Amino acid sequence: MKYVIIGNSAAAVGCVEGIRQIDRESPITLIASEPHHTYSRPLISYLLYGKTDEQRMKYRPDSFYADNGVNAMLGKTVTGIDPKAKTVTLDSGETLDYDRLMVATGSRPFIPPIEGLDEVEKKFSFMTLDDAHALDQALTKDTRVLIMGAGLIGLKCAEGIANKAGKITVVDLADHILPSILQPEPAGIVQKYIEEHASIEFVLGDAAAKFTKNTAILKSGREIPFDVLCVCVGVRANTSLVSEAGGKVGRGITVDDRCATSIEDVYAAGDCTECHDITIDGIRVLALLPNAYLQGETAGINMAGGDRVFDKAIPLNAIGFFGLHMLTAGSYDGEVSVYKDEENYKLFAVKDGLLHGFILIGDVARAGIYTAMIRDKRPLDTVDFELLKEKPQLMAFSREERDKMLAIAH
Amino acid sequence: MKRVYVNEEWCLGCHLCEYYCAFANSGVSDMVKALKNVRINPRIRIEEEKGISFAVSCRHCEEPLCVKSCITGALTRENGVITFNHDKCVGCYTCILSCPYGAIMPSEDGVVQKCELCLNNAGGSPACVQHCPNQAIIFEER
Repeated sequence: MKYVIIGNSAAAVGCVEGIRQIDRESPITLIASEPHHTYSRPLISYLLYGKTDEQRMKYRPDSFYADNGVNAMLGKTVTGIDPKAKTVTLDSGETLDYDRLMVATGSRPFIPPIEGLDEVEKKFSFMTLDDAHALDQALTKDTRVLIMGAGLIGLKCAEGIANKAGKITVVDLADHILPSILQPEPAGIVQKYIEEHASIEFVLGDAAAKFTKNTAILKSGREIPFDVLCVCVGVRANTSLVSEAGGKVGRGITVDDRCATSIEDVYAAGDCTECHDITIDGIRVLALLPNAYLQGETAGINMAGGDRVFDKAIPLNAIGFFGLHMLTAGSYDGEVSVYKDEENYKLFAVKDGLLHGFILIGDVARAGIYTAMIRDKRPLDTVDFELLKEKPQLMAFSREERDKMLAIAH
Repeated sequence: MKRVYVNEEWCLGCHLCEYYCAFANSGVSDMVKALKNVRINPRIRIEEEKGISFAVSCRHCEEPLCVKSCITGALTRENGVITFNHDKCVGCYTCILSCPYGAIMPSEDGVVQKCELCLNNAGGSPACVQHCPNQAIIFEER
């Protein structure tokens, strides 16, 4: 059996570890465009912020490829898949055979079509280690930075460079920050906290309509001069290798719950795929590291002849800014209840007798107890939900359930 | 593999496990110096309510969601023990969001902490179990 993996991040590593749970012998070849040892992409903001370094941000030890019998071809790009011949072609012209192929190609920054954007000289994305280094080198203490996008990437970028740049302005068309994970009220709490802890100005409900070399002209007419522009408005799944090979894709590569694509012996996982979000009962791209790993592991096990399904995908976000933590999961439709005091905020969404989603800001201890309730669709009438809303605790479960958790092996 | 298991009906709610956990992980050899006037942050926690009490610590799962979800590789499974690498952790709390038992918690120094069965401190075997007066937690194979 010959395994080929395209990609080198969480889904690819999950795939290697999944394969090796079943098949310890067969050769694995891993091909990735980036020349670096596998590293954690979400850590690039922590790298700039000084909370980690390049050695510590490696996602697996230096010996990972050797330990797992992986031939890592780093700095090479796959340009095509031939599903009939079962080969992949590289930009170097080489062709490799596969018996099982994993596509973990991730996503790329979306660059919106805005007049004049091409003429901006110092323009950066914030996705890869090389992006982070390039941005870092462009910054001095006086640099005026304009960040397009107040989502997860834009705000982590802002935090990462907060002590390295001068004035930072974040613009977003949404009327509140972190629109993909927070509602307006909690977003306001986080925004206020960030404004109190860093020199970051938010311009919300507005967007760049036009750029000159060093100025953004917003839809409102406001002009924002800048030295460096960061484009963090979103990402697009890298689906083309599969679509060009005749495989089914939507906004991401279509996979089943075994992480198989529509092409025989071709699997896909991570940010390049779309999957079934059980909290909306629909298909969406969930570009989240834990999902990427779990999908990759599932694919790897199945590629090696095992049998595993991943059918519990939910949105999950753990993020913090300047020491304020927030943990969110699921979706917020249904009946919503909110509890807040000076320092903490929590929101629960209940639908069809199930916990459907939550937002915790500040005190986030033991939040995984809530996450498990969403993931496992545990009916609320089997737990003491009032007790749970006070704080996550196993006391809220029946004695029998507790014994399953605490008195047997998992 | 030996794990820490709970006998809920025998738990007195005395919190000795919490104190011994905090002491074992303090790196200090004198218990008074380690714990006196210190607000402890143990890796095992007693839950109590209306006469029921029990201890919760890492279950050392076979399929650990914390390890699989960790964005840095700071959490690993080594010989069955879910082990934490303090140096790699950036304190993103994805593990706290992932653990179904609420057994990973923020540490005082901005990252997280969890039970490692006292394998990485001076204890060698779980101090909470050694000092439980009523065998409400036990360390054994199941």
